[in-house]
Amino acid sequence: MGHFTEEDKATITSLWGKVNVEDAGGETLGRLLVVYPWTQRFFDSFGNLSSASAIMGNPKVKAHGKKVLTSLGDAIKHLDDLKGTFAQLSELHCDKLHVDPENFKLLGNVLVTVLAIHFSKEFTPEVQASWQKMVTAVASALSSRYH
Amino acid sequence: MSLTKTERTIIVSMWAKISTQADTIGTETLERPFLSHPQTKTYFPHFDLHPGSAQLRAHGSKVVAAVGDAVKSIDDIGGALSKLSELHAYILRVDPVNFKLLSHCLLVTLAARFPADFTAEAHAAWDKFLSVVSSVLTEKYR
Repeated sequence: MGHFTEEDKATITSLWGKVNVEDAGGETLGRLLVVYPWTQRFFDSFGNLSSASAIMGNPKVKAHGKKVLTSLGDAIKHLDDLKGTFAQLSELHCDKLHVDPENFKLLGNVLVTVLAIHFSKEFTPEVQASWQKMVTAVASALSSRYH
Repeated sequence: MSLTKTERTIIVSMWAKISTQADTIGTETLERPFLSHPQTKTYFPHFDLHPGSAQLRAHGSKVVAAVGDAVKSIDDIGGALSKLSELHAYILRVDPVNFKLLSHCLLVTLAARFPADFTAEAHAAWDKFLSVVSSVLTEKYR
């Protein structure tokens, strides 16, 4: 399992401090549904997902995206115990939501891409590396209680 | 999986911008996986991988040029990359999982450099295009 150096933690925390969670959440979840349309299987109740613009403008997508990234933001405060932090959510995703953990990897990489768009030159290869560790660790924590 | 007309248009028009920064994009596209996914370095034990390395720059340019070839022949990517496909299958034998890693890092490079152009639609088109390229490059593996 990835180990966060002090530098990783500083990078992750400082970048996150500049993220508008509401906007980034909508972007991230929206792009997941646009780029990997099969992920729409989990969101039948979300209404109009018929085109990229419908998805990106869908208020339920935005709201749920914000929820997801807010949870991620909470986890950033506990980078040394992501498994513990996500234990209940892991059970939820397995037992109630029935989400294939592969989707956590897809979402993580979409988030990295959204951060790259937002932070541009600042999103250097080094910064990306810290964030890839982050999304990998979150994906792993979220699948840790699957059975 | 094949690209729609709209997707091809997006790729081709973005490529015009991308090719003006081809060399630096190439270098960055390789630096990213080497840092984010260090296992990718196992294919380059013979390279100097320090930032600014001439080998890194040359190889990055090669990779971007190949992507450019695929863009220029976007209606026949299999034909355009046939030789490269054989190279990867018989000589390089890079494990297929690495094509996803490199594709992701190329996407991140494009997203960082062309944020205004990298709409959700463009993101989807590029992800699909690179997926097609990766399939072509691994189709002769066995």
